Amino acid sequence: MTVNARMRVHSAALNAGVVKPWLRWSSVPSPRPCARTMLLCAAALVLSACGRPPQQNSAEHAGPQGKLAITGSSTVAPLVAEIGKRFESQHPGVRIDVQTGGSSRGVADARSGLADIGMVSRALRPDEADLHGVAIARDGIAVILHATNPVTALSDAQVAAIYTGRITHWRELGGSDAPITVVNKAEGRSTLELFLHYFKLASPAVKAHVVIGDNEQGIKTVAGNPDAIGYVSVGAAEYSATQRVPIKLLPMNGVEASIAAVKDGSFPLSRPLTLITRTEPAGLAKAFIDYARSPAVHDLVGRLYFVPLEP
Amino acid sequence: MPRSDALLVYGAALTVTAMFCWLLGDLLWNGLAQIDWAFLTRAPRDAGRAGGIGPILVSTGLILAVCLAVSVPLGVGAAIFLSEYTAADTAFGRAVGRSLDVLAGVPSIMFGLFGNALFCIWLGLGFSILSGGLTLACMVLPILIRATEEGLRAVPKEVRHGAAALGLSRTRTLWSLLLPAAAPGLVVGLVLGIGRALAETAALIFTSGYVDRMPGSLLDSGRALSLHIFDLSMNISGGNANAYASAVVLVVLLLAINLCASWIADRWLHRRSLVA
Amino acid sequence: MFRWNPDRLLALGLRLCAAGAGVIVLLIAGFLVSESWPALRAIGVTRFASDASWHPAADATRGTFNLLPMVWGTLLATTGAVLLATPLGVLSAVFSHHYAAPRIAHVYRRIIELLAGIPSVVYGFWGLVVLVPLIRTLQPPGPSLLAGVLILALMILPTIALMADAAIGGVPAAQRRAAAALGLSRWRTVTSVVLPAARSGLATGVVLGTGRAIGETMAVLMVCGNVVQTPSSVFDPIRTLAANIALEMAYALDDHRSALFVSGLVLLAMIALLIGLAERLRRQAGAHAPV
Repeated sequence: MTVNARMRVHSAALNAGVVKPWLRWSSVPSPRPCARTMLLCAAALVLSACGRPPQQNSAEHAGPQGKLAITGSSTVAPLVAEIGKRFESQHPGVRIDVQTGGSSRGVADARSGLADIGMVSRALRPDEADLHGVAIARDGIAVILHATNPVTALSDAQVAAIYTGRITHWRELGGSDAPITVVNKAEGRSTLELFLHYFKLASPAVKAHVVIGDNEQGIKTVAGNPDAIGYVSVGAAEYSATQRVPIKLLPMNGVEASIAAVKDGSFPLSRPLTLITRTEPAGLAKAFIDYARSPAVHDLVGRLYFVPLEP
Repeated sequence: MPRSDALLVYGAALTVTAMFCWLLGDLLWNGLAQIDWAFLTRAPRDAGRAGGIGPILVSTGLILAVCLAVSVPLGVGAAIFLSEYTAADTAFGRAVGRSLDVLAGVPSIMFGLFGNALFCIWLGLGFSILSGGLTLACMVLPILIRATEEGLRAVPKEVRHGAAALGLSRTRTLWSLLLPAAAPGLVVGLVLGIGRALAETAALIFTSGYVDRMPGSLLDSGRALSLHIFDLSMNISGGNANAYASAVVLVVLLLAINLCASWIADRWLHRRSLVA
Repeated sequence: MFRWNPDRLLALGLRLCAAGAGVIVLLIAGFLVSESWPALRAIGVTRFASDASWHPAADATRGTFNLLPMVWGTLLATTGAVLLATPLGVLSAVFSHHYAAPRIAHVYRRIIELLAGIPSVVYGFWGLVVLVPLIRTLQPPGPSLLAGVLILALMILPTIALMADAAIGGVPAAQRRAAAALGLSRWRTVTSVVLPAARSGLATGVVLGTGRAIGETMAVLMVCGNVVQTPSSVFDPIRTLAANIALEMAYALDDHRSALFVSGLVLLAMIALLIGLAERLRRQAGAHAPV
């Protein structure tokens, strides 16, 4: 049964007075609002439990209907949730529930079958070859500085030297008379891995002053500190810079950091946002993944400041 | 001549008020402009940057209702047991008391992972409002119990002795004398517990979930308001404005709930003490 | 003869409630142990204290897993916050009971109740945007132990203040009148009659506040800087155990994930230890106190 049908059963039961007389009977002298709410909740619970669709029907139906559970990376989740809403509106029998919890959860849930589809904000690793991954968008990683910082470009070697603590003062780079505040990402994050890989650094060699989690935290940290250097998602940084947040994006190895550069493939540092399944996707999961890769959702990808895949 | 003790006390109160005004002023300044009727009732669009928070408010209310429906009876019962039926020194009473204090310090993300394993997976409730509410109930339990217990302990022994001398049953003593007298403690517990539950983010990511659709039942996943604020401010570029607006709504909601809680307690207190 | 009278039923029901609360703690502890077991087995207990650093993303043999700097970070941040929030909270409660006009006290209490319900992400956001840049002007980089202490103090203040408020409100008026009749000043009445009589409630407030501070995740994560190091000044960035879990859990796999649960277990042990210590102190104080 679909959600709409379930809602109908629920509200029909309430309207037809199936529930209400019982409520009246149960609170004879003075109908207390809290008791009624609790009973209503209980009734709703019972009704919905009766109307719960069997979990495994999603893969077997020929047409796109049923329910998809998708879990994983919080970076990818808003995008997939938006795509899911549009997919639902085009296929009224379908329900797509998107949950976050991180890339590791996406991998674990897809593997155990707890989720139909997992989301990870990176490419699959060699030890994840048992899973089936499909990229739906890309995301570049750019080095950012505070907008007032006079430094306008850094070579790859200079960035590496800053992050390993060999350069600790902006004066050494022709900048202002202030020590550098190095903003790094937390251990395990895919942006960190990509960054380290590109600059050929080992994680223990990095000398950071601030360690952050999400992109927005990185942007706010650099925006609040004129002497900071950090690296975040290109799209998020480009958007923030246009919204008068005081940060600027540095070119990477001479290539300007922008969504356009990531899109045409000239920007060297980018990661795929990937949907993963335990087996070759089939049925509803396949329909959804194909839809998520199609040009029909490129506007959604762009609105969340990611880079659509070339058709 | 200003006396030093008054200076100290007024200084502390002023500091707290100033911090509060700073924080709240910041919220109101940035959030008030976005709030209108449509914001409160519409569904979120464009990952929460446009549209409103209607379904999220409903989910939040349901999660809180589940949490309180479970934690208040359990918590008040446990508090009565701890303060009236065991001396604080028996092994059982002490064990429960210590465990509660430990529970109060468990990081909320651990509650989330625990709730996910127990309610979502083991009990098969899935990502749902019910799972979220039950997880929150575990989390606010120590606050509720400890506060109510303190309220009960503050009731002078003479009251109990008097009641016993008059031949009142323990149930009657509890209902007519002790609970009304302990109401302020209970209200503090409720206010702190509701505050904690409404403000919770990490425990709900893994239990009630991320889905921002209007929930059809308690077994649907529903996004809580504080999680929405977290997502908008930390995960969505351009979500700041609506994050502020949602935070203002949350604070107003809390104010309303707190006023209700105190009002109900006052009324109940008044009526019961007349009976007594 | 055994008889099911209401009193007996009530006692049984209440006992069940209390046992239920206890069971939840056992379940959580069991869950933590079972999740951290793989790491404890593969890595061993000692390496969590003796490894060179915290770089757990590689596997159990190549990664390093030293939790000690985070234990210090957690302890320092929590202690600082409690030391700051306790006097403020208690003075707040004294203010609304003994110094302020009833109407002002009423409003003031509402303010503190609201502070109790502001989500930690809002505190963290505010700390990141307002407090951290302020601290940076004193001493870079800004995100620091100090920022964490201040934010945590603000967050646990309502817990301590409201519990103190209820405790002070529960002190029988007769005691206060007696003190006044003896000609004690307002301040003397508060310090030598009211506060000692309310000390059980005050202590509970501090314990609950400490619990909140030690387990707080989101706000601390945003303002503390999260560098794994033992701080040498209040301006150094630190990472707490709770922040460690939230920061890395999203991307952690296998041994790394399990090692994060070990952080949780260590945190739980620390809390238990602190509570044991507090209990001992309270007993010693109780043995000497006149009441």
